[in-house]
Amino acid sequence: MAADWREPMTAAIEIAEVWKRFNRAGRDVDALQAISLTIQANEFVAILGPSGCGKSTLLNMVAGFDHPTSGAVRVNGEAVTAPSPRRGVVFQESALFPWCSVLDNVTFGARQQKRRPAEYLPKAAAILEQVGLSAFAAHYPAELSGGMKQRVGLARVLLMAPQVLLMDEPFGALDAQTRSLMQELLLEVWERNRQTVLFVTHDIDEALLLADIVYIMTARPGRIKAVLSIDLPRPRTVAVTTLPGFSEMKTQIRALIRDEAVRASTEV
Amino acid sequence: MDWLPEGIVPSPEAVARSWRTWIFGAATRSLSPYSGTWSGAVLHSAERVIEGFGLATLIGVPLGLLIGWSRRTSDLVDPTIQLFRPVPITAWIPFALAFFGIYDASAIFLVALGAFFPIVVNATQGARDIDILLLRAGRMMGASRAVELRSIVFPAAMPSIFTGLRLGVGVSWTAVIISEMVAVKSGLGYALWDAYYVGRMDICVATMISFGLLGFLSDRLILLCWRYAAPWRRIGASR
Repeated sequence: MAADWREPMTAAIEIAEVWKRFNRAGRDVDALQAISLTIQANEFVAILGPSGCGKSTLLNMVAGFDHPTSGAVRVNGEAVTAPSPRRGVVFQESALFPWCSVLDNVTFGARQQKRRPAEYLPKAAAILEQVGLSAFAAHYPAELSGGMKQRVGLARVLLMAPQVLLMDEPFGALDAQTRSLMQELLLEVWERNRQTVLFVTHDIDEALLLADIVYIMTARPGRIKAVLSIDLPRPRTVAVTTLPGFSEMKTQIRALIRDEAVRASTEV
Repeated sequence: MDWLPEGIVPSPEAVARSWRTWIFGAATRSLSPYSGTWSGAVLHSAERVIEGFGLATLIGVPLGLLIGWSRRTSDLVDPTIQLFRPVPITAWIPFALAFFGIYDASAIFLVALGAFFPIVVNATQGARDIDILLLRAGRMMGASRAVELRSIVFPAAMPSIFTGLRLGVGVSWTAVIISEMVAVKSGLGYALWDAYYVGRMDICVATMISFGLLGFLSDRLILLCWRYAAPWRRIGASR
């Protein structure tokens, strides 16, 4: 089930024996226990788990927002100590700057990196076109729908051309129709750039549709329960969800997750 | 209005008449201090408010943002501010007089001090209340510490900052009245106290209304700046 049949490639993201311990009301609680996983360059990896399993904490550690209690997180061989434009993050809530127009939000990163407007403005225009927001460049985030905000959140990360793309349930707050449109858009974008992606979700369909490899996590304490290689053909569209292989895998994952969900719901 | 004591509360007509003379001057040459001197008094007071309030804004907003944003600045400065904040502005008068004398500086100091606390406290709160995701987004895109403070914390704290400015300008007018009553010999506050001493309640009432108008106008002016400074809020408000 693991991905060891693949040719050896450079590990883009390496998570080695990561533990995270919180102190809640004088009691030590493990949020993450001995997480180890390796993501190769150009791979789309999803981490699937119930809410509260620590998957977002794990992503925050790769981003550099949070730090493991023990263990190491490396991106392209370099230990992660702080956030960096080399690791682009798409948040669950869009986290756009309300006082910046769509274009200013998208180009914020490029401006921090002292890139020339002549270089980044045409790229920004192309990316806005790609995510279907060309007509909204001058709008403020308050004027956009939830799906449009997430597209801006994706566009601003794409313009930075990061080494890895970290996505923390980016479509979790959207309605079902918008979510499936966003998934198709992401697949399209991914086919074009083939960026390394770490995608956190609690939605089985989403993980299967998007990812090459799915890590399944358990609820508190967060551990990796299983790894699945998703061999659905690419390029993918939402149509792959109707393939027989898809529903088989779904059933398999459901069974794996059910015990976890039951265990989590009986805990106080 | 028989129940009102005779001679204490002036009639509206008397107030209007005296106020008009105060503003435009008497038809004949007059030695009265309340003939054509209103605009001068307003200018004196307004100037002190603008200078003191401006000083409080220039110091209070950046300092408040720094306190709310940087733990180190907070530990360093905030205890001192909280120590001085409960001291009423009126209690500072003898100190201000001893230090600055009976000059404009005393009045400006008192106005600035009075306005400083609401401004700094609100800017601090605005910076502390910032959505952590906005800071993370900025850091993820490579924002330096300086950019974070200037381009993320400052605009995010804008609503709180303007609340502080509106409260601060109110305190400014209060402070200018008391400082003109005791510390300097000009302005509307001085006119109010002087008119009381010579029994001109009509002028007292005209002064009170003047202060009300000035307070209202300065608040409107700050609201106008707010709308200009935060165009993105207009969209949110119209929904």
